[in-house]
Amino acid sequence: MSNSTEKIEYVSYLDYQGKYKGFLSWIMATDHKRIGLLYMYSIMTFFFIGAFFGLLMKIEMLSPGETIMKPQTYNGVFTLHGILMIFMVVIPGLSAVFGNFFLPILIGAKDVAFPKLNRFSWWIFIVGSIMAVASQLLKDGPPDTGWTFYAPYSSQTGTNVIMATAAAFVLGFSSILTGLNFIVTIHQMRAPGMRFFNMPLFPWALYATAWIQLLATPIIGITLLMLIAERMFQIGFFDPALGGDPLLFQHLFWIYSHPAVYVMMLPAMGVITEIIPTFCQRQIYGYKAVAISSLAIAGVGFLVWGHHMYTSGMSDQARWFFSLLTFIVAVPSAIKVFNWITTMYNGSIDVKPPFLYALAFIFLFIIGGTTGLLLGSVATNVQVHDTSFVVAHFHYIIFGGMGFAFFAAIHYWLPKMYGRMYNFKIANIALVINFIGFNLLYFPQFIIGVEGMPRRYFDYPAQFQPMQVISSIGGFILVAGLILMVFNLVKGAKSGPVAPSNPWNGSTLEWTLPATPSLENFDEEPVIKENPYDYK
Amino acid sequence: MSEKAIHVEEHRDDEASKLGMWLFIFTELLLFGGLFLVYSIFRAQYPTEFHQSSLELSVTIGAINTVVLLFSSMTVAMALTAIQKNDQKRALIFIGITLFCAAAFLFNKYFEWGHKIEHGLYPGSDLMPLLDRGHLLYFSLYFFMTGLHALHIIIGMTLLIVCYFKVKSKNINDHDYVLLENGALYWHLVDLIWIFLFPLMYLIS
Repeated sequence: MSNSTEKIEYVSYLDYQGKYKGFLSWIMATDHKRIGLLYMYSIMTFFFIGAFFGLLMKIEMLSPGETIMKPQTYNGVFTLHGILMIFMVVIPGLSAVFGNFFLPILIGAKDVAFPKLNRFSWWIFIVGSIMAVASQLLKDGPPDTGWTFYAPYSSQTGTNVIMATAAAFVLGFSSILTGLNFIVTIHQMRAPGMRFFNMPLFPWALYATAWIQLLATPIIGITLLMLIAERMFQIGFFDPALGGDPLLFQHLFWIYSHPAVYVMMLPAMGVITEIIPTFCQRQIYGYKAVAISSLAIAGVGFLVWGHHMYTSGMSDQARWFFSLLTFIVAVPSAIKVFNWITTMYNGSIDVKPPFLYALAFIFLFIIGGTTGLLLGSVATNVQVHDTSFVVAHFHYIIFGGMGFAFFAAIHYWLPKMYGRMYNFKIANIALVINFIGFNLLYFPQFIIGVEGMPRRYFDYPAQFQPMQVISSIGGFILVAGLILMVFNLVKGAKSGPVAPSNPWNGSTLEWTLPATPSLENFDEEPVIKENPYDYK
Repeated sequence: MSEKAIHVEEHRDDEASKLGMWLFIFTELLLFGGLFLVYSIFRAQYPTEFHQSSLELSVTIGAINTVVLLFSSMTVAMALTAIQKNDQKRALIFIGITLFCAAAFLFNKYFEWGHKIEHGLYPGSDLMPLLDRGHLLYFSLYFFMTGLHALHIIIGMTLLIVCYFKVKSKNINDHDYVLLENGALYWHLVDLIWIFLFPLMYLIS
């Protein structure tokens, strides 16, 4: 951290001219801010492709029987929707976009610990994404296993499972490298005076996330390799016809894929923890509790995978034990929710779009979280397992939680990323449309789920039609709202009014920088506060 | 604006590089950890079949390979000490010996595998589906685990070859040897995994 004391002329990272020009100056960039934006553009693209496939499913579900596609096409569509949304959108999501952009800034560093490795992880993210898309287009037809690749079907179906699982493997590698980079960054790159316990809470959340990425992802890596080997060489790890054990696949799969849910959620919680104190102008309530609860969620989250498998064949002891652990992991999540709400108490609340998105997040996350407890308890789970109740639950968590937190983060940090401001009124209207559309889309699925509508079915009895139609209408409203939101953001980023350097009166380090930071963020040594949220 | 000294300044942090390597080693251990888990589950299910199948392997070749790898771990550590003492010539010799050991390991492995393949004992062969489940799983795991390990040997060799040329061109020297240190760490990992693989595959009773 030794640098010259001479005053350096300020150049925005967006205008900085390095070795490469034009397009290459982006894909060859090692600047964490540019890499963050690269991730954002690619993830938003995949998000809209995934949403398009989601909408196709909703159109199919408008009436019983075949509406616009054949059952096999439907299988391919929900598999692609799942692979895109899980592996290419929500798992990298917040940590790769806003983590890359703001983690170094929030801890007073000039970049992440390994900038070239960071660039490399974006490259392999793109390679993996291309492979995932290719798996849909190659001649054997799109995989039809669902994003979970459950054996033995996945080792027997004739579709492009190998390509899709190889893509997930490569994407997982990218995730591991990002996590590794963040852990080292937080340990080694904090500015002098920045200790763990005066670090802002978004880096804390990223720290917990990075450990999950690092320790859980190899398990899915080896599992997918075994599946590929099984398909290529007839090795019987999972296929009972060859001597294997399909339950083993489910265990190995969820040992990663349940912690992966926290890879999605923890950074979302971190973003909300940044937004709420800023817009309430109030010190975060229970700083240490929020920080430690991130680690607690990450730690306990490793031990609850069995709750995906209550009906797959497990001993009673295992079931109640996993159920108990699932209830325990809800405690630190609830601590965070209570702390956010308590922070608002007596605050001077400034109702701006990021704060409204944060409120929408809390509302949707509470619904998603409490229905999660319903699924975590064995007796109710057995009733609603593999119904659209589960679909509604995880969309409330992943889309209502992580997705809305992503939107909150864009609205919060856009002025710092582009130096310009979007239109508040349109942002608020888009939020209301999104919120209504979202609830119309997913809430009916809770109801028909309890009534027995299975997930992943292309057909249904006529009694479910009213709710399916409401759900499909909600889908259209939601997509309209999303388009309006993105339109407003793009317009703001391109030609909105120039933003001041601290539009929200925030107290964390990013707001001490000019509206768009310079290449190395801190041309002068940052002043580190004893308390990152020193509002009154 | 590239004339600004601060922007072209190299940020070097050996502590960070080493921490990064250790974290990467954790992920590698977990990758094999998943396999060890699968191994232990199937071994618990088919103990006698696993025992019978293990008799097909040559403990002698396995033991030789274990000694070779242990020896190479020592020589790579000696190469590191040599470079710390600014003895470029010795460092090159020791890296060379390590690479030779790695090649010898792969050479042995080649004959071991070749022997099995001759007998039709390999995944995808005509014979394998005729075996009962325990034997089938044992040989599948044998090829999968030692195959993945051999791949790691090749990755480790590549890393050490890069180190060799960097030592030669003095890019690795007594002031900046973190790359060799990380290469050596990785090599120890490859060695460590074999230390577990050898008893699990060869010495079951």
